[in-house]
Amino acid sequence: MGDHSHGSPEESGTVAKADDVAQDRFPDPGLPPHRPRLADRDPRAAKRHERQVALLFTISIIGTLFFFVAYFVLGRLGEMTFAELRVQNAALGLGTAFAMLGIGVGIVHWAKTLMPDHELVEQRHEISSEKDRQDAVDIIDTVIEETGIKRRPLIRNTLIGAIALAPIPAIFMFRDLDRTGKTAHQMIEQMRHTLWDTGVRLTRDPSGTPIKASDVQLGSAFHVIPEGLENAENMLNEKAKAVVLLMRMDPQEMNISEGREDWHVDGIVAYSKICTHVGCPIALYEQHTHHLLCPCHQSTFDLANECKVIFGPAGHALPQLPITVDADGYLVAQSDFHEPVGPSYWERG
Amino acid sequence: MATTNEYTPSTTTGRLANFVDSRVGASGMVKEFGRKIFPDHWSFMFGEVALYTFVLLLLSGTFLTFFFDPSMTHITYNGSYVPLKGIGMSAAMASTMDISFDVRGGLFMRQVHHWSALLFVASLSVHMLRVFFTGAFRRPRELNWVVGGVLLIMGLAAGFTGYSLPDDLLSGNGLRIIDGVMKALPIVGTYLSMFFFGGEFPGVHVIPRLYSLHIMIVPAVIILLLVIHLFMVVTHKHTQYPGPGRTNDNVVGFPVGPVYAAKAGGFFFIVFGIVAFISGLFQINPIWNYGPYDPSPVSAGTQPDWYIGFVDGALRLMPGYLGNFSFEWIIPFPWGDNTLVLSVLLPALVPAGVLFMVMFAWPWIERWVTKDNREHHLLDRPRNAPFRTAMGAAGVVFYCVMWAAASSDLIATHFHVALNDVTYWLRILFFLGPIFAFWITRRICLSLQRKDREIVLHGREAGIIQMSPEGGFSEKHEEVDVYKRFLLTSYNDNKYIPAQPDAAGHVSGSEKRRAALSKFFFEDRVAPVTPSELEAAHAAHGHHEVEGEKQDSIEK
Ligand code: HEM
Ligand code: FES
Repeated sequence: MGDHSHGSPEESGTVAKADDVAQDRFPDPGLPPHRPRLADRDPRAAKRHERQVALLFTISIIGTLFFFVAYFVLGRLGEMTFAELRVQNAALGLGTAFAMLGIGVGIVHWAKTLMPDHELVEQRHEISSEKDRQDAVDIIDTVIEETGIKRRPLIRNTLIGAIALAPIPAIFMFRDLDRTGKTAHQMIEQMRHTLWDTGVRLTRDPSGTPIKASDVQLGSAFHVIPEGLENAENMLNEKAKAVVLLMRMDPQEMNISEGREDWHVDGIVAYSKICTHVGCPIALYEQHTHHLLCPCHQSTFDLANECKVIFGPAGHALPQLPITVDADGYLVAQSDFHEPVGPSYWERG
Repeated sequence: MATTNEYTPSTTTGRLANFVDSRVGASGMVKEFGRKIFPDHWSFMFGEVALYTFVLLLLSGTFLTFFFDPSMTHITYNGSYVPLKGIGMSAAMASTMDISFDVRGGLFMRQVHHWSALLFVASLSVHMLRVFFTGAFRRPRELNWVVGGVLLIMGLAAGFTGYSLPDDLLSGNGLRIIDGVMKALPIVGTYLSMFFFGGEFPGVHVIPRLYSLHIMIVPAVIILLLVIHLFMVVTHKHTQYPGPGRTNDNVVGFPVGPVYAAKAGGFFFIVFGIVAFISGLFQINPIWNYGPYDPSPVSAGTQPDWYIGFVDGALRLMPGYLGNFSFEWIIPFPWGDNTLVLSVLLPALVPAGVLFMVMFAWPWIERWVTKDNREHHLLDRPRNAPFRTAMGAAGVVFYCVMWAAASSDLIATHFHVALNDVTYWLRILFFLGPIFAFWITRRICLSLQRKDREIVLHGREAGIIQMSPEGGFSEKHEEVDVYKRFLLTSYNDNKYIPAQPDAAGHVSGSEKRRAALSKFFFEDRVAPVTPSELEAAHAAHGHHEVEGEKQDSIEK
């Protein structure tokens, strides 16, 4: 143990090493004796290893050649079936694998069998010596002293002020990451609205054909988008808010709260398809239990109870779209949703 | 520099080296590194795997950039994959389709990139576990532990941003979840989401932004941290496992040139070969099966990349309601109601936050509890630090429960149990699992230590049954050699340190808490065998030998 390591580490800067516990301990017998390998004693074994390494390198060469075969012979641009593509991909992979493994295994085998396997010992040194650290601190002190910054608080304080302010414009530069050009208030308003409005027809997703009330059988479910969605300015943005699930169940089985009595058409109800947890589309409708299940984190909503959450992480019920039928018998929205769809946010209220 | 007696090399290599060195001055480097000693152990490989898979990511990723078009412009796909012909999608998705179907070897490169990414994060994680369980993070390596932790987080960031680039159904859905989580942040959440997506989700801006993060900013940060990380490894010199001849003041191992460099360099090709093999034979992220992003459809049973799983699982475990109480708090303010979305905030931030905070702070926590501020260059065998090993196991179980929860639907369908029951069980395990893991692991460590003591005191079973002249059977015990004995007795043994009064004779509250933790950690301990104990055992043993080794008789 070096003599640099006495004293308590808390008091001096000296570093104690973990070995410094002289106790009733067994003495270190030192490194075990080195056992020579076969190849160290037997030149024939060494020769054999040499040939093995060369063979591995040759396998690598063959692998690379195989890659070219796979690339040029198996691959014809643009006219391959998917199955052919898979074969080519596998062949490229195997070619590369052999090319690389040949080199890698060869080198490691070489190192293990033919290069010296004597373990060597090297001493560790202090990361930096006590003296160096002291010198460095002295230099820093001198530098600070020569700037005079401690004696001239006016300079120091204005400098701190300037440096603190200077980066702030760089942060504000990112204000226009939001490309809408709208005010915060306008954006929050926009989040509350979807393409649904009085008289907008419910149409099938993705064909866009309108739906008659008589098309909707008991127990069936439709994926619905508002009519005219494909012409909307930001189609995907609007779709991400407006998608709706349409289902029919026996009105006797539905618990309807006050104010929503006329939001359904003979048990045909429409609910937002965007999960109120973090926004996945709700894909599964179990018609026996009247449960809607979100595949992302398994929030489960009860259709018979206005899509209240009965299991999972969602924190509020799915918003209902009030619907009715128009003069031609097609299902239409009475209005937009009465609350924001999708995941909750601070301003939702 | 022409001096009177100039060094004149005699070999070709020498002349070449001399030419270069007299112009760039590399001989110092060669002197420093050429025969530097590196300890060798299989568990030191994981860091290397991480480095090599990162190199593969750089290589394959650079190839992909030549063909990938990070744009959300809506176009109609017209490539050679027939089932999607004529379908509208973003240019990003279409170009990823083209890489897969119309660039020869492109699919292979995508697969190499994706499989390397999975392996990269996996090897980072295992490497961290190795460092943790062997105590390699102790002084002077605490800062490098922190750098490693940040590297892991950056690895997750690289993976997530990359996963989102192809703009297929799954990646869009992942972004949808990120949007939901961002919006849950109080006050700033809505704005953050608007800034990130350039307006409402999904918008047309997010892919180009993810692209600059993915191919420039995150890799640059990773490279910077990597350089710092490796620089510190060289400065500290590598740790080594304890054993005869290995002390805290030396390094025992192979010199960089040639053995270590050959093994490490060869290993790069082996990792490359394995990744190429997997990429050739196992399909990953078949975006053509998912189709382009559309907010409406989603397929059940799809999984995020494995390293995102634990956050997704935490989201699944959280109940939205307890009875009639909703974790979405509506807070009435004078200007109106605001919503605090605890049902998303808690699971998204708290478990990952706790995990990473404890991980980052652990070197200092351990130092505080053990009052051990010495430099450690010798590793601990995990059994010889039962408290740490048990804490690590608790952390691993905590992580794995969340991770399993991300597959709760698959668990349910696979084992034919109700999905909700799986969730209930995992919720219980989330709290109790780590406690059990701590307790069991500590017990296992202590028993292993006791077994080590047994071996030193009474030798190891030689597998030879002897019959004594009296007819009793016994198994012959062979005394361990001095090398093995040193290995089994030379560990660093932490003891309970009761609360110490400070200079004024006062025992502070924090010191009392430290002492309580110290008691909790070190109350049960197994001390290493000392020479005097061994002597005593030998004396007793000699006596028994006369008795025909009855105490070891198999008739017992
Ligand atoms: C640092 C670690 C990195 C990780 C963990 C990572 C991960 C990923 C992942 C998971 C994907 C999705 C691949 C897929 O389509 O299945 C991806 C895509 C991509 N990455 Fe990386 N990547 C990394 C570094 C890089 C670098 C350094 C570059 C470029 C120099 C790059 C360029 C790309 C490109 C262009 C794509 C989109 C092409 C495609 O999806 O096929 N990546 N990345
Ligand atoms: S998004 Fe539906 S449960 Fe999470």
